Amino acid sequence: MTTITINGESHDFNLDPDTPLLWVLRDELKMTGTKFGCGVAQCGACTVMLNGMPRRSCITPIKALDGAEVTTIEGMSGPEYDAIQAAWRAIDVPQCGWCQSGQVMSATMLLQQLPAPSDEEIDQAMAGNVCRCATYHRIRAAIHDAAKTLEG
Amino acid sequence: MTVQTSRRGFLRASAGLVIAMALPLPMRVMAQEAAAPSAANPPPIPPNAFVQIAPDDTVTVVIKHIEFGQGPLTGLATLVAEELDADWAQMRGALAPANTPLYANLLMGAQGTGGSTAIANSFVQMRRAGAQARAMLVAAAAAEWGVPAAEITVAKGRIAHPSGKESGFGAFAEAAAQQTAPEAPTLKTPDQWVLIGTDLPKLDTAEKSDGKAIFTLDQYPEGLQVVVVAHPDVFGAKVGSVDDTAALAVAGVKAVRTIPQGVAVYADNTFAALKGRKALKVTWDTSGAETRDSAALLAAHVAALDGELHEAEAAGDLAAMDAPGVTVVEAEYSFPFLAHAPMETLDGVITLGDGKAHAAFGSQFPTFDQPAIAQTLGLPPEAVTIDVMLAGGSFGRRATPDAHLAVELAEVAKAGGPGSYKLMWTREDDIRGGYYRPMSVHRFRGAVDAEGKIVGWQNLVATKSIAAGSPMEPMMVRDGVDSTSVEGSIGLPYALPNKRIALANVETLIPVLWWRSVGSSHTAFATEMFMDELLQAAGKDPVQGRLDLLPDGREKVVIQKVAEMAGWKGAKQGEKGYGIGYAKSFGTYVAQIAEVEDRGTGYPHVTRVWCAVDCGIAVNPNIVRAQMEGGIGFGLGTALFNAVRFGEGGHVVQSNFNNYRMLRIAEMPRVEVEIIKTDADPTGVGEPGVPPIGPAVANAWRALTGKATRALPMLSEEIA
Repeated sequence: MTTITINGESHDFNLDPDTPLLWVLRDELKMTGTKFGCGVAQCGACTVMLNGMPRRSCITPIKALDGAEVTTIEGMSGPEYDAIQAAWRAIDVPQCGWCQSGQVMSATMLLQQLPAPSDEEIDQAMAGNVCRCATYHRIRAAIHDAAKTLEG
Repeated sequence: MTVQTSRRGFLRASAGLVIAMALPLPMRVMAQEAAAPSAANPPPIPPNAFVQIAPDDTVTVVIKHIEFGQGPLTGLATLVAEELDADWAQMRGALAPANTPLYANLLMGAQGTGGSTAIANSFVQMRRAGAQARAMLVAAAAAEWGVPAAEITVAKGRIAHPSGKESGFGAFAEAAAQQTAPEAPTLKTPDQWVLIGTDLPKLDTAEKSDGKAIFTLDQYPEGLQVVVVAHPDVFGAKVGSVDDTAALAVAGVKAVRTIPQGVAVYADNTFAALKGRKALKVTWDTSGAETRDSAALLAAHVAALDGELHEAEAAGDLAAMDAPGVTVVEAEYSFPFLAHAPMETLDGVITLGDGKAHAAFGSQFPTFDQPAIAQTLGLPPEAVTIDVMLAGGSFGRRATPDAHLAVELAEVAKAGGPGSYKLMWTREDDIRGGYYRPMSVHRFRGAVDAEGKIVGWQNLVATKSIAAGSPMEPMMVRDGVDSTSVEGSIGLPYALPNKRIALANVETLIPVLWWRSVGSSHTAFATEMFMDELLQAAGKDPVQGRLDLLPDGREKVVIQKVAEMAGWKGAKQGEKGYGIGYAKSFGTYVAQIAEVEDRGTGYPHVTRVWCAVDCGIAVNPNIVRAQMEGGIGFGLGTALFNAVRFGEGGHVVQSNFNNYRMLRIAEMPRVEVEIIKTDADPTGVGEPGVPPIGPAVANAWRALTGKATRALPMLSEEIA
């Protein structure tokens, strides 16, 4: 039995302890905003917040998560998240959309750590999130845009 | 807005409160009777196939093209909204299900998305549907209010009469459905447009930003089993023997079945399916498989250039290259196999039972997929329904003439029996699964005379035909020349009085497929690199040299524009190199200039890219810019890093993003895009942003470092 708090709600799981968090979120809880992209922590589509930090859920077995607090895109809130959502819409960032939950999670956590990141800091924080449509140009612009909103 | 909900609403609605449901017209018959429909003259399908107006004033446009980022959901809805005089805020989009008579691509005669044709083939049809729906609403309002229809105006979603009467659309949706649609309503002239040509926000941005968008993999029908398939690890191999003891012992694994595509593992959940597949012991029969490695495959392509050639284009006399005093330039460029690697791997959901099958997946060619599922399951075609789902990218990967994914999905259901199944390919399945952009070798010989005039141009191309053996062959292959093998090599706008382009078809068992920009992904690349080498031999500047070879026309305009944007002063400026690439693909003219730096890493660091595009009327400039930006990033990452290599025994070396490297944010240059203003009919933008960036970067790199790129990718040592 593994107990994990997900989006503020406590869940008990009696599953194969090696099951990655990604498949628990999707298959067990039907929280489908967190995406499968590679399964080997190379693309960031499965990014969630674990105890306040970004984490690749595809390589995180639930046996490591007893007592942990996980937030998925379905449970995100707060000024940084709202600013990122507004900027993503204003700049029309997504194309196919598959990687965007992960991009938004990483971008939100970046702004929680660094309210006004430089281009270099953005590039560093977002390096683990692949976008095959290459919306990077707009991701960078949207993060700056969100930072400005938070400042004002 | 939610694509899924509105689409379900449209498909499953039983109430008659929508235009879509109420008009009892025999649409199928009308569509079939239409004489030679075309994009300019769409068949008389009534607007009810495309426009749904709900009592709450929302207007849902049924989108006949799959949406995977290239923007048809927004673009086609814009065309309807323009003629409907709707307010953009009331517009919604819903992907059309499989129904070829209603939803055929008018440039293909099949329901399918490809060749950057979504806007081009819908431009008249969707505006007409909007105008028809508007006329029906106006007629209903006129009847209700007892006023002449001609006195009624419609703007921003409000129907109004000078008497003061005013209404939204929803109140008249039901009454409008009883009106007759005018067959060919007068469409607005461009000066009357209020939505076309503006930066409208995309309809699917919100749900793609907050995780609510529903894709194929996000579906969980009742009783679902998750299925992964162990595919052979070399192309052309077959299942030899299977030991499934350990797999069946994995908790959650329900069954293991051998199907023609490999060995399918059925489980209660995804992890169990994956764990079960890992525990399988399968031996593969590789007799008759493609076992050559990359070196042998490359050698076969090079050798093919000395074998049988099919003439693709010729002009003048190549003997001019042998005249005394001319300078001959020769170069050979090789391009690797490429995976499309869409972020969402191939997947599908199918429910089988009661003599019917319902599939829901990112079907890019429902016209191929629907009968393929029916045939595999032994069902009549009408017993098979397909919901087209939002897809997490394609770049050509989901446009499969052989419907191989649909067939695999059907085989999984057939072997599993009645029930619901979700088939998922992993990233490794995707990278190693074939259907690659084919390898190619381009051999060039050109010459310039003492005045710097190009007096000869010969381009021999060796590649595997994409269309041969597919249902597209009759359309695409003529006299041994697959048009997709040489598009971008033939029909060049440059003044090349003596030229020859010829093709060698290479046979391999490696399945190949169109890959974003198809032939131009290598032909334009090679052409533009060789052009630079010839112009250098002629002592000419890359930009001015090209302009001197071009007639006055749209190609010249984009090159002049991009040079102006970049402030072109020459190919090398201090520590920076500049290169140009030009290509016309799918009717769209694109020129790009790249600025590169040498940071000692062995490959160019691209800092800035300027892009000028002429795609005719830009229905949504916001999307046009997005497609150019994205196409540049897609083409750049590929040129720098990507190859699918074959090792000993024909095994694919690459497996995942750790060794099939994606462009990342730090490698994305600053991009500026300008759209040429024109009143020409719209052409596509999904693919044409890709071809120019590779040669622009390679040309800039050669200008800066003197190193000519002869084999792709540019960072070859990365691909061990």
